[in-house]
Amino acid sequence: MTEHIDRVRTYVLVFAVLIALTVLTTAVAFVDLGPFSVVVALAIAVCKMLLVALFFMHMRHSTRLTRLVVLGGLLWLIILILLSLTDFATRTWVGVPGR
Amino acid sequence: MASEGRAETLALREQFDTEEQQKDASTLGMWIFLITEIMFFGGLFLVYIVYRSANAGVFAVASSSLKVYVGAANTVVLLCSSLTMVLAVRGAQLGERKTIVLFLILTLILGGVFLGVKAYEWNEKFQEHHVPGAAFHFEGLPPELQGRAQLFFSLYFAMTGLHAMHMVIGVGILSVLIWQARKGTYSAAYMTPVDVSGLYWHFVDIIWIFLFPLLYLIDRHLGK
Repeated sequence: MTEHIDRVRTYVLVFAVLIALTVLTTAVAFVDLGPFSVVVALAIAVCKMLLVALFFMHMRHSTRLTRLVVLGGLLWLIILILLSLTDFATRTWVGVPGR
Repeated sequence: MASEGRAETLALREQFDTEEQQKDASTLGMWIFLITEIMFFGGLFLVYIVYRSANAGVFAVASSSLKVYVGAANTVVLLCSSLTMVLAVRGAQLGERKTIVLFLILTLILGGVFLGVKAYEWNEKFQEHHVPGAAFHFEGLPPELQGRAQLFFSLYFAMTGLHAMHMVIGVGILSVLIWQARKGTYSAAYMTPVDVSGLYWHFVDIIWIFLFPLLYLIDRHLGK
């Protein structure tokens, strides 16, 4: 078995960073950053996701196959969102019927 | 290697060569399931992005009526439950029965707290007539924009509702795990159910990590 047992200190540290990021994202939401509020909020959310996935979900110890599968899944999510938005975001540009 | 006379154990079923192979297969299977869940929630996120960009103003006003501190507090509760869950998994890796049971119970309690806060929030929406339906009314918006505000709350209830349903299922899974851990089913050699349930619990946490800013935060600076 190639079991990796992380130290409690590692988990507590990751947890502390997650809480700090939660406080930060809440505080920053009240600051007017214009269109960048969405960007900042989502960037912080992605950081939190990475921390949870890498440390709590043990992605940093997982097999290459598992990592590949997860990345493949995220790729499909990106396709789902971006490809759909190519339609919704550009409808007004060319004035197609049904708009 | 498997031999004909090998006794089957929980940690090493007949069809696997090694314990490590069995463990990796379970982990991979759980991740495949979680990816179907990502696509499941992904559809809702997509709908939210499309409607939010089409109704930016009304969505900003409606989103700002949610209580940001309640949402933030619930995020903290869920992150705490993720910490206790990972410590339960660690306990399982070390084969410490008492540690597993203790941290699983703490996770269960925190999950319950999250659902309780959610119920309080939803109840408030009913009292404020912010629940989509015949009685829906959002103060300060002209009648022609009420439908768009209703759209926001439909998405709010669909997304937080689906998330809460996953939490309820998670609470059910935790209850079974606690029962089995108390019986002494899990050891350092066999703790796969605790491990993959942990993956599920953290996944539900990640969904909330995205729901919280998208529903509560991103228009906060506009809606006052």
